[in-house]
Amino acid sequence: MSRSRAARILDYVWGGWGAGASLLLLTALWEAGHGAYGTLVLPAPRDTFAALWTMSEAGKVLPAVLETSRNALGGFLAATLAGGVLGAAAGASDMMRRLLQPIATLLLGIPAIAWVVLSLLWFGGTGLAVMFTVLITTAPIVFAGTAQGVRTLDGSLRRMALAFRVPAPVLLWDVYLPHMLSYLFPALAAGLALSWKVTVMAELLSGAGGIGDGLASARVQVDTVKAMAWVLAVVGLLLAVEYLLLEPVRRHLQVWRREMPGTGAAGTGGF
Amino acid sequence: MPGLEIRGLSHSFGPQTVVEDLSFSLPQGEVGCLLGPSGCGKTTVLSMVGGLLLPAAGTIDHSFRHPVFVFQDPCLLPWRDARDNIAFGLKAMGVGRRQRLERADRLMEIVGLASDDGAKFPHELSGGMRQRVALARALAVEPDLLLLDEPFSALDVGLRRQMQSLVRRLIAERNLTALLVTHDLAEAVRLADRILVLSPSPGRVAARHHIPEPFVQRDDGFVHCMVNRLLADPATAQALAVELS
Repeated sequence: MSRSRAARILDYVWGGWGAGASLLLLTALWEAGHGAYGTLVLPAPRDTFAALWTMSEAGKVLPAVLETSRNALGGFLAATLAGGVLGAAAGASDMMRRLLQPIATLLLGIPAIAWVVLSLLWFGGTGLAVMFTVLITTAPIVFAGTAQGVRTLDGSLRRMALAFRVPAPVLLWDVYLPHMLSYLFPALAAGLALSWKVTVMAELLSGAGGIGDGLASARVQVDTVKAMAWVLAVVGLLLAVEYLLLEPVRRHLQVWRREMPGTGAAGTGGF
Repeated sequence: MPGLEIRGLSHSFGPQTVVEDLSFSLPQGEVGCLLGPSGCGKTTVLSMVGGLLLPAAGTIDHSFRHPVFVFQDPCLLPWRDARDNIAFGLKAMGVGRRQRLERADRLMEIVGLASDDGAKFPHELSGGMRQRVALARALAVEPDLLLLDEPFSALDVGLRRQMQSLVRRLIAERNLTALLVTHDLAEAVRLADRILVLSPSPGRVAARHHIPEPFVQRDDGFVHCMVNRLLADPATAQALAVELS
């Protein structure tokens, strides 16, 4: 690519106007909903932001956000490791696939809330219970992506690489990994998004701290403003992860797909 | 006489024998052609010569140090641009990035690619350009033996002719030896000094032909006459009957 890194970053940030406009539209609808149904059902956006600010000043938000991030990322990393290793085995060996696929399907079928209850019984109301829930709900997604990636490795590219007597590290880095990433990355992105949701849910039920715990206490106090403020905190976290981490990585990985039929203009700005 | 010497070569995949008792020699600097219908084991022979397959029986002797393949499918890495694809073989040899990209730039010029094609990804290139990239990738490692596995068969007639001339010119300029696999008799006549006609499965030698005329003399008229002359040989016509019908 001839464009400099700075130009690409500027292009990306400029593309944020679209996302900003869309979020402002949603806020306008929220305001209209507040006008129609009143504060108890839907507090005003301004009050919600003010409540979030007050809670932050009181030192409640940052520790909760960190706690939730630790639970979500811890569980997600464990899931990536377990799902990745087992998925690679299932992709490489037919027997392993037959053995593991039904288990993955079964795990995917069990509702996340059931895992929350079970892990609370097994691990008590601790962060471990939350991480375990994230691990068990996310790992099958990573597993499926990895297995698919390994299974669809292109035999003719491998043959070409062997004909050039390519050493194993180059084979892995230039031939296997880029192909795998095109399957693995969407699975990881979906897994990560799920991790946050499951974490908040598990925290809410376990009282193990974090944003979920804050939501639980808002529910007890019937404080809709506070509840919405916590929702805002989760949404902020999700948006930050999506646009500061996932989207830039996605663009970097997919440069070679630019203007490929059916992929849209992946190389241009805009969210 | 240094070159390629094959004696009593046989190979089977499971119970099925694909190549049986094949012997031929190719002097250094010449273009040999394995000609035969689909499934006669041509690619298997090429794979054995290139060291991708071990022969079940027979010997392959050659003094070449860098055999290199050009496949029917260009087999480019879709996630690397043309320049990096050309430099791929050099990366495998451990050549530094700057040096290999410089060599890739020179080769792009040699195979007739514009310098701004270097930043394009394979899906942004036409079929002919992709095959040029594959050819440049093969030449980048400075081979002494080119193994060409039907490299032009996916191209349309005009492009095929261009690529044939380019390959033949590069072979002459760099004093390469080449072994070409094809099922197209006209292509064999246009490019090869020696033609080995293989019978349908299992592949055995059906006929051998030598074409001494220099490449520059092989115009359409010559190719037409020579094709007819070779088909007048009953063994050649019979081996290729499947293709002709």
